[in-house]
This record gives sequence, C-alpha cells and structure tokens, in this order.
Amino acid sequence: MTGDQFPLWAAIAVSVLLVAGSLLMLAGCIGMVRFRSFYQRIHAPTLGTSFGTIFILAGSVVYFTVTQLRPAVHEVLIFVFVSVTTPVTLMLLARAALYRDRIERVQDVPASKDPLDNAEMQTSKKPS
Amino acid sequence: MSQIILFWSVLACEAILALAMACAAYRLARGPRAQDRVLSLDAFYVSGMLLLVTFGIRTGTTLYFEVALIIGALGFVSTLALAKFLMRGEVIE
Amino acid sequence: MSRVLPYPLLTLSLLIMWLLLQQSASPGHILLGLAIALLASRAMAALQPEKPRVIRFLPIFRLAGRAVVDIMASNIAVSKLILNPNSDMTKSGFLTVPLELKHRFGLAILSCIVTATPGSAWLEYHPEESEVLIHVLDIENDQEWIDTLKYRYETLLLEIFG
Repeated sequence: MTGDQFPLWAAIAVSVLLVAGSLLMLAGCIGMVRFRSFYQRIHAPTLGTSFGTIFILAGSVVYFTVTQLRPAVHEVLIFVFVSVTTPVTLMLLARAALYRDRIERVQDVPASKDPLDNAEMQTSKKPS
Repeated sequence: MSQIILFWSVLACEAILALAMACAAYRLARGPRAQDRVLSLDAFYVSGMLLLVTFGIRTGTTLYFEVALIIGALGFVSTLALAKFLMRGEVIE
Repeated sequence: MSRVLPYPLLTLSLLIMWLLLQQSASPGHILLGLAIALLASRAMAALQPEKPRVIRFLPIFRLAGRAVVDIMASNIAVSKLILNPNSDMTKSGFLTVPLELKHRFGLAILSCIVTATPGSAWLEYHPEESEVLIHVLDIENDQEWIDTLKYRYETLLLEIFG
C-alpha cells in the first residue's frame, strides 16, 4: 500500500467490495456446515464462486486501476477460470454422489433411468 | 485516512476468508461421506485462492495473482480427479 | 484456412490469454504466443471436437444478461436462507424437467448456468427421455424453477443453436 494520495472514495469502494465478497464466501462455507444432506451442500460453494469471487476481484481491479501499480488483467483471467471450472466440478461431483447413493440405495434419491446403470447396480458391491 | 480504511478492510477481508476456510475445514473433518469431503476441499481451495488475491492487494505485487491462478487450476484438477475416483474407483479408465 | 487454422476463435483466445499472462504486447510475445496458440489448436484438431454452429448471435447477450440477473437474485435468496437461524432447511428436493433442447452445446451452456446459480444444481441428463434431473434448495416454488429453465433460458438457447 503505497502513497498517501489514494482517494477516499476509491478506498471506501475497495473496502465495501472486499468485505462483501468475503462475507458471501463465508455465507457459503457456513452453509456447508449448516446444511443436512450432500445435495443441499452442493449449492453452498456457488455463493463464493459466483458473486463472492466477482466482488473481491472487482475490489482488486479498482485498487490497481486507481494506484496504477499495474494493469488489472489477472483478475479477468481468474474470473474466467473460476466461472468456467466451478460448474464442471460440481456437476461431476453430483453425478458421482448420485451413483454412490444409488448403489447403496440411500434415502430418497431418484432412481436411475439408464438400464445399463441398473444392471450394474445389481452386480456391484458397496463402495467404501 | 484512506490508508487506514484500506488497511483495516483488507485485514477484515482476510479474517473473514480465514473463518470461511475454517468452516470448510470443519466439514472436511466431519464428513460424513467422501463426497462431502471432496466438496469442502473444493470450497477450501476457492477461499484460499481469494485469500491470495487479498494478499496481492496488500503487497501490490503481481506474484500473488499468479499463485492464485495456479491454486485455482490445482483445485480444479484435483477435485475432478477425486470426483472421477468416487464414481468408478479409478482415475483413468 | 481449415488446414492452418482449424479453430480461429480458439487460436485467438489462446493468444489473448498468453498476452494477458505476460502483461505485454511486445512483438516478441505476440510471436511466441502465436506459435503456442497455433500448436495448441493443432492439438485440439487432433481430438476432432464437434464444431458449434451458432445461428443467431444477438440472443447470446440477452442470455448472459438474464443469467447474471438470476444468479444475483439467487445469491441473495440463498444467503438469506443460510444466515437466518430459524430458516427451514428441509425444503429442498429433486425436480425432473423435460427439455426440447437437444443440441449438445446448448445443453452444456444450460447446465453451466443452472449449476452456477446458487439455488439450483444440474445433476443428470437423460438423452432418451430428454429430461434433466436438477436439485433445488427451494422446492416450494418448483413451478417457478421449471418456468425459468424452460422459458427464460431454453427458448433463447433454441434461438441461438436452432
């Protein structure tokens, strides 16, 4: 943090964006703790990866644009990367969880419509 | 004045993110099943990445942003590999 | 064109990403980035992915706008649910939504939007019945979720990919 000529409005904007983003991330992680089932918990991290990330990166963009320490381009890359990868991860994890729950016949998970999967479940054993 | 505001807000942001990581770590330890742990590991990675971005703001260097990108990429790949492993019991089919 | 540059858009975005990472647009970096982008798109061509055919471009921006607005609204709703200590955590459930969209890229985009929305998650797509299984946090407004999926997103995606 260099220079005393950093304008007050920019400081307030950066602070609000940073705190708002981190609070969203915290809300998501509290959700991880509070939710009862896995399928509820899968919604929790998206709070942090959608607008939590956007707010913190926007705060960083404002800070580096005002101080002109460097052009704010890395934030764009991080945003693109996070917004592309998170849905992919969550979908794959959700499908893995569905598969495991169906094999173990857990609780109220909807049955698979794929006959191949059903045949496989007759023969396969419980995963550990 | 703005210096003080920035210092404390970045500090608060880091503390909140650390708290978020603690919540994710609690779920990582509690489970109850493997998919819950993998999910919380993913959330842990994302909060760690955001923490590095705030470090970058504090120090004003580009270095932390590159580290954040690498952490993001590593988190993505490791979560995918773990999800694949949970699905079939093998990483490469 | 097709031999040298199999995927012009991919090559261009790889070059841009290289320049962003290097934070410079000097001729040397442009040359190096171009070489890497060309090699990488050759490698992509070896995988022979199906090329997306976009029929109309304008609805893409409307789709992006709608997705951002919905994700913002869902962020607020889900944070309220999590942070309110008296909220009912048992209202979530599974939903099966029939879809008309069959285009693979359209389905991929739809699944990313649905999963990126905090209140909903895409679980499984059944190609035979062309149905999708989603999980929503707020099952009481189930018709609202189905309407959002079908009329807000699917119609636009059908316009884009035909």
